[in-house]
Amino acid sequence: MFPEYDVIVVGAGHAGCEAAAAAANMGSKVLLATMNMNTIAQMSCNPAMGGLAKGQIVREIDALGGYSGIITDKSMIQFRMLNRSKGPAMWSPRAQSDRMRFAEEWRMALENTLNLDFWQEMVTGLIVKNGQVKGVQTSLGIEIPGKAVILTNGTFLNGLIHIGEKRFGGGRSGERSATGITEQLIELGFEAGRMKTGTPPRVDGRSLNYEAMEEQQGDEIPSKFSYLPSTSTLSKQRSCFITYTNNQVHETLQTGFDRSPMFNGRIKGLGPRYCPSIEDKINRFAERDRHQIFVEPEGWDTVEVYVNGFSTSLPEDVQYTALKQIPGFENAKMFRPGYAIEYDFFPPTQLGQTLETKLIDNLYFAGQINGTTGYEEAACQGLMAGINAHLKVHQRDPLILKRSEAYIGVLIDDLINKGTQEPYRMFTSRAEFRLLLRQDNADLRLTPLSHKMGLATEERYNLTMTKMHETSKLINDLKQKKYKQQELNPKLEALDSAPVKDKSSLYQILKRPDLDINTVLNLTEDESFIHKYDAEIRQQAEIQIKYETYIQRERENSEKLMNLENQKINPDFDYNQISSISSEAREKLLKIKPTTLGQASRISGVSPSDVSILMVYMNK
Amino acid sequence: MKFETIVALATPAGIGAIGVIRVSGPETFTIVNRVFKGKDISKAASHTIHFGTIRNGDHIIDEVLVSLFRAPNSFTREDVIEISCHGSNYIIQQLINLLLKEGCQLAKPGEFTQRAFVNGRFDLAQAEAVADLIAAENESMHDAAMSQMRGGFSLEIKQLREKLVHFASMIELELDFSEEDVEFASRDDLKSLIYELKKVIFKLTESFALGNAIKNGIPTVIAGKPNAGKSTLLNALLNEEKAIVSDIPGTTRDVIEDVINVDGIAFRFVDTAGIRTTEDHVEAIGVERTHARMKDASVILYMIDLKSDNLHDLDTQLEYLEELGVPYLLIGNKMDQAQPELKTKLEEHKGLLISASQKENLENLKEALKTLVSLDSFKTGNTVVTNLRHYESLRQTDLALDDVLTGIDNQVTNDFVAMDIRNALHHLGLITGEITTDDLLENIFSKFCIGK
Repeated sequence: MFPEYDVIVVGAGHAGCEAAAAAANMGSKVLLATMNMNTIAQMSCNPAMGGLAKGQIVREIDALGGYSGIITDKSMIQFRMLNRSKGPAMWSPRAQSDRMRFAEEWRMALENTLNLDFWQEMVTGLIVKNGQVKGVQTSLGIEIPGKAVILTNGTFLNGLIHIGEKRFGGGRSGERSATGITEQLIELGFEAGRMKTGTPPRVDGRSLNYEAMEEQQGDEIPSKFSYLPSTSTLSKQRSCFITYTNNQVHETLQTGFDRSPMFNGRIKGLGPRYCPSIEDKINRFAERDRHQIFVEPEGWDTVEVYVNGFSTSLPEDVQYTALKQIPGFENAKMFRPGYAIEYDFFPPTQLGQTLETKLIDNLYFAGQINGTTGYEEAACQGLMAGINAHLKVHQRDPLILKRSEAYIGVLIDDLINKGTQEPYRMFTSRAEFRLLLRQDNADLRLTPLSHKMGLATEERYNLTMTKMHETSKLINDLKQKKYKQQELNPKLEALDSAPVKDKSSLYQILKRPDLDINTVLNLTEDESFIHKYDAEIRQQAEIQIKYETYIQRERENSEKLMNLENQKINPDFDYNQISSISSEAREKLLKIKPTTLGQASRISGVSPSDVSILMVYMNK
Repeated sequence: MKFETIVALATPAGIGAIGVIRVSGPETFTIVNRVFKGKDISKAASHTIHFGTIRNGDHIIDEVLVSLFRAPNSFTREDVIEISCHGSNYIIQQLINLLLKEGCQLAKPGEFTQRAFVNGRFDLAQAEAVADLIAAENESMHDAAMSQMRGGFSLEIKQLREKLVHFASMIELELDFSEEDVEFASRDDLKSLIYELKKVIFKLTESFALGNAIKNGIPTVIAGKPNAGKSTLLNALLNEEKAIVSDIPGTTRDVIEDVINVDGIAFRFVDTAGIRTTEDHVEAIGVERTHARMKDASVILYMIDLKSDNLHDLDTQLEYLEELGVPYLLIGNKMDQAQPELKTKLEEHKGLLISASQKENLENLKEALKTLVSLDSFKTGNTVVTNLRHYESLRQTDLALDDVLTGIDNQVTNDFVAMDIRNALHHLGLITGEITTDDLLENIFSKFCIGK
């Protein structure tokens, strides 16, 4: 019934969809297996993409030729560039999505992808021969042959939903969980763990009083995610609203603490500390008398509203009573209660840099199965697993992104070396060279790499090259345009900017923090020059000029780090020989098998003095 | 790959009552047991001492005591045996040759300490302290090295690190959680945190001058007019010192000729050319050099010839000393032949009257010298930085903090402030180990209510 596929992707969430699209677009014959084709690309939690550090990841996915950016652009109802008041590395795009449109756009995109087949059924096992995966087995007992398999099961593996004292198996509200795979993987020698996440209640927007809340509008001049011109920015947007909990709300919630699975020990899995439930927040930070609630519409037309900041697994009656005590929610009607969900994950230290498992060849893991949280984190892993599975079955070199190259590189490097104790989310602070990893230059960083590998299209590549050349042309023009101080100073004075002493170039003047590029271009009074370069080029040149010294310093630092990266270690090196390193370090090194000293130094449990000892040995 | 078993003489070469030979490595007990006649030490407990003989075949080389240290409870964390033998060059040579023949390797300089470090007995700062301890020639130097080895320095750096991590997480909070409902630190708060950090670093880097003095001797310049008795004083001090250090006359006089140990504090004395105004070009250069030396000194012993100086010149010299701003001790030499008015004048200026040639009042001079340099801050257990590498790292940390302050003052956004902070963390990390972003996030999650 089935041909032998190059790549079989199990699961059709953010990771699965990106994986399937990438492998198929590169030319693999791909099967996307999902339990329910009507729930492809669900936004299980909040209806938003991007945000701090996450927005940069979406831009990187787009630059590499993934779909998340395009789909978000097509389904967004609000766009904001966060952290605009800070330096360019901090700017983070975030969009509020229409949940149903998002899923629909993804499905359309996948249906329009060549080489991509679908199969709706639960995958219950893997076919493994001689340490290599050969396909999957389904609940109907069908064996589907495949050269590589990517598991992106999300929260479905033995998913267990908690609402107060009630609990039931399920992968998502209203959907059943998946069984079989965890058990088989453990039998194959994998280590598994349990994690927990949660989601807030959804309410009827018609029952809310927005007068009692603060409005939060989208950007006046919204931008978008994709570097391609085929998507457009929003001409109208929907607002979100902000309200706050109060002591009364907290007291009500506390009445349910004895029935909370969080506090009575029924939930064993570890939840994310940066995305705590409301009960966790009032418990741990009892001194705070209010917490912020974001009221987010779920789409253009739907009345459903997402109550961001109110994630909870308290009994539904307690949730409901407490909700109604929030200003603006007095008459709220609840569509469905919040819940917590526990699911299986596999500590990602069992993976190599391509997300292939070390235990079973050609088997890849991506997304929450690796202990991450977030659509963006999942999507980028799916993309990388899809790319690398394709490259592997076609006997080509893998694509591994460096920490100084992409947030995606930081994420995978962190996961496979440090593992994670709680659901892993990206933060800009995780990247040591974040000034290099900006949302404005993801295409410059990554598109050429992806194009060479065969994923980024010719169109994308040409756009990037044009941007690169135009930017350096503009920078060069600004260096060439020099004016005498007599000419410049009256204009500078009019701008309240300090006078120059000598003949100066526009390039020099643009370095001033108080003048932006458009103001500087206007100093020329040369209309054709002022409008010669488009906004994106102007912004790129401005960033590269204004922050030149900082960027240069980051680049030098990243090259210094490369010294350790360049010290190769034989992955089969027997660390048992070195009695002098700590036993924890030895255990971790044996397990992770780093390929460079740099990688070894980032493994948690390997201390700087362990690294010094390794250095002594390696140089012997 | 296993380490070799190494051997070396642990006490100084030369004749002494005893010599100690140290053996360290995996084969230590097997090798020594082969040549040791007495108790079967292969089964003996750690930290025990045994009497016996060391034999080369039937030939007894020496009667010895062997001290046993089993891994990891030893200096190197390997099996270690220390053999105490009679301190004759011949015996020591014979013993070491025998051990080499039995399979030991001769230890390279510093190799025992290196192994202690590699085997995780010390962190880097502590390992360096051991080197200092071995080289310690006086009490204060010994104390400084000792407190560093026990981790006093590392502790102080750890506290500094915690403060920096706190600062960095305040900055990161504003960057990574700007959408959250948390209060961010004001720029003034951040600045006062940096000032606090700089104060700690200042204290530590300042101590380096002291630490350096402890290691190398406090630079002490003896100055005065020609023939004031400078060299006589130096010799007088040196001779007394010799009498304390060793009974053997004239041993190492040439080598440490200028370092004198006064009650456990090392002074590095520098004799200078006499100061006088001169037309002679060559001599003028000499005087110029004396002035430069005086400026760089930690302490000046300024000598007045009470017999042949005059009041007018004395005033000029006192003025000059005051202008220099270097702590000085005014010494009136030749007290037995003093002109009364000079003597009175000197006493007015709290000068100390001595006779270098008669060795009179030298004890008072030493007391005054000790009071002047007052190493009390160190004696009370404050941390002293004695290592150049640590000093450099602290200085670089401090410079990075200056960049942070400049950044804050110039209103640059916090992502750039964060770069400088990371730089500071990096330099501090060079002393005791890197700080990771996990440290920062951990701090944020534990202190702030984060999360939508």
